[in-house]
Amino acid sequence: MSTAHASCNLALLGNPNCGKTALFNLLTGSRQKVANYPGVTVDRKEGELITPSGKQFRILDLPGAYSLNAVSIDEEITRDVVLGTRADEQRPDLIVCVSDATNLKLNLRLVLEVKRLGLPIVLALNMTDLAAKRGIVIDVPALERELGMPVVSTVAVKRGGARELIARLEAIQPDTAAHPASWLPPDVADVTATQREVRRILAATVREPAIDTRLDEHIDRIVLHPLWGMLILAGTLFLMFQAVFSWASLPMEWIKAGVEAGGEFLVARMPEGILRSLLVDGIIAGVGSVLVFLPQILILFLFILALEDSGYLPRAAFLLDRLMGTVGLSGRSFIPLLSSFACAIPGIMAARTISNWRDRLATIMIAPLMTCSARLPVYALIIGAFIPESTVAGVFNLQGLVLFVLYVAGIVSAMAVAGVLKLTVGRGQQHPLMLELPSYRWPHARNLLLGLVERARIFIMRVGNIILALMVILWFLSSFPAAPEGASGPAIYYSYAGMLGRALAVIFAPVGFNWEISIALVPGMAAREVAVGALGTVYALSATGDDVATALAPMLAAGWSLPTAFSLLAWYVFSPQCLSTLAVVKRETGSWRYSLLMAGYLFALAYGAAFVTYRIALVLTGVGHA
Amino acid sequence: MKKDTGSMNPQELIPLFDLPLGQEGIVSSRPNAISGDAADVALALRLFEIGFFDGERVRVVARGHPGGDPVAVRVGNTMFALRKFEAERVLVAPLGGKKT
Repeated sequence: MSTAHASCNLALLGNPNCGKTALFNLLTGSRQKVANYPGVTVDRKEGELITPSGKQFRILDLPGAYSLNAVSIDEEITRDVVLGTRADEQRPDLIVCVSDATNLKLNLRLVLEVKRLGLPIVLALNMTDLAAKRGIVIDVPALERELGMPVVSTVAVKRGGARELIARLEAIQPDTAAHPASWLPPDVADVTATQREVRRILAATVREPAIDTRLDEHIDRIVLHPLWGMLILAGTLFLMFQAVFSWASLPMEWIKAGVEAGGEFLVARMPEGILRSLLVDGIIAGVGSVLVFLPQILILFLFILALEDSGYLPRAAFLLDRLMGTVGLSGRSFIPLLSSFACAIPGIMAARTISNWRDRLATIMIAPLMTCSARLPVYALIIGAFIPESTVAGVFNLQGLVLFVLYVAGIVSAMAVAGVLKLTVGRGQQHPLMLELPSYRWPHARNLLLGLVERARIFIMRVGNIILALMVILWFLSSFPAAPEGASGPAIYYSYAGMLGRALAVIFAPVGFNWEISIALVPGMAAREVAVGALGTVYALSATGDDVATALAPMLAAGWSLPTAFSLLAWYVFSPQCLSTLAVVKRETGSWRYSLLMAGYLFALAYGAAFVTYRIALVLTGVGHA
Repeated sequence: MKKDTGSMNPQELIPLFDLPLGQEGIVSSRPNAISGDAADVALALRLFEIGFFDGERVRVVARGHPGGDPVAVRVGNTMFALRKFEAERVLVAPLGGKKT
């Protein structure tokens, strides 16, 4: 195999939903790199193809676009890369336009627009299997003549479905000297001319029976129905949550056990000291506390990817658009917010699909109000210690009811915050939806798998390194300075974290938190459920993990007043102290401003809610008069 | 370009948003920019680009609730969900009945 010749820069360009990414996966397999375009959070996907004869192609999967006349960040990037005006991206030597063969009327317009740039171009008619099934007959040689470019058929979801394209790429001699012609945004006359040209070409080259969309429309009559559609959506979500919480519990146990075993392994092999403490308590325990969410995140994304591939997701967005619109969000905010119930981090990352910046920012800002699974251990501990296991109204378990109220409190506050944002930021603007509802299709296993691997990698890499750094800092704060000789309290009491906690206790006294809680909140910044372990440390328990909660509950029940317990629950509905979330917000918005804003408003809400809860509970329980 | 709709009475033209569920209509002219500001002109042009082109058949397949907003519109071989202010920029001539 000769690697002597320089590789050719090839860009895949096409409408959203044309199967472009599936074709990219087919061409490059696992030889892909996913990164970010600097400054904006649009995924930049690059891969490599080596043809049977050894020719090398560097393939760029451009974000889907309906037009070069961009209206979203995605489309701007596509336009700038194709025009060669992005400084950080090499201009493509060859463009492969990917078009959905069942929907050429929509797709060919972009092809004509790109053709005018004068760059070497190949048209890949994708989904030709589906087109044939629907009785669409495309005269490929005639289409080549009319368009003046090579045209190949591809079936991106089938092994070998890109054979024709690869054969064509073997033969092509890309003209690396070609420069795109100057481009100006089209006006109405230009678009009219192009649309007429599309219709003329289609009339000359494609025979299409009256398209049979009956099956799709039958499905949509139910799926988009105001009642049945909502029931189906609710059922789907219920199944998804069940899966996230029940299927994930076993692998989560494994990861927990693995992390603990790793820690014990080091404890047994290494002499006691700062290095061991850093490795075991800082790095292994810290990274483990985040990795433990990986199974939940993967299951969540498996559902999301499958729903996306099948064409259901945009329909869910359609169903919820009006409801979410009342607080200034769009239907597109639905998936990010849904993901945030597992963890706000993938939720905030999923907000990238929202093209309108204001909508996206509003979604990111309220994502942490969705009760993430890291809050569950804290809720479980306090509810278990303070709420009796009695039955209300004959059927409802009181503990379960309290948990439900906490979830609802999160959702209601999220809607309220979104409503306030609507009134303050970008008031009076109209937000476009213009969302394509593509034909239903079966999700494709290979694409799901590649998508899942990609998300897992993003989660581990992008989040892993930030969290690692934070964990080390927190470990340092909790371990130094060491407890003085003959100290009676727990070691953390004397550390910087302890000092911080004791200082915070002054601030938190009005909401009923004692110094033990205040100290536990400091390491709880790493991940919310770490607060449980930290409480264990403060109360000088030597047990770890679940045992802490079991042993701790009676101690808390004896040591805390009921108002304090309720106050802490109210605090955790908002709980601003998740550093990983704030770090991801910085990454996704490109500025610490929004992270600080988020931390500030969450803190204010948490403090306010805890204060009100504490005071009301004091009055109701009569402790206030004592 | 008006040959499809030229014979029609202009009073029969209604905004796409008002087209009843299931009924077909024919797009009468290119989408209008109502206010004329830049975002509005861009929106009208985009609607035009994604296929709301004079003479094109459209049908409202589903409506959101409450208020019938947004609408799911079949245009050509594809379907788009449009919010009210988007669907109001397209004028259509309703065709009788629900047949194809």
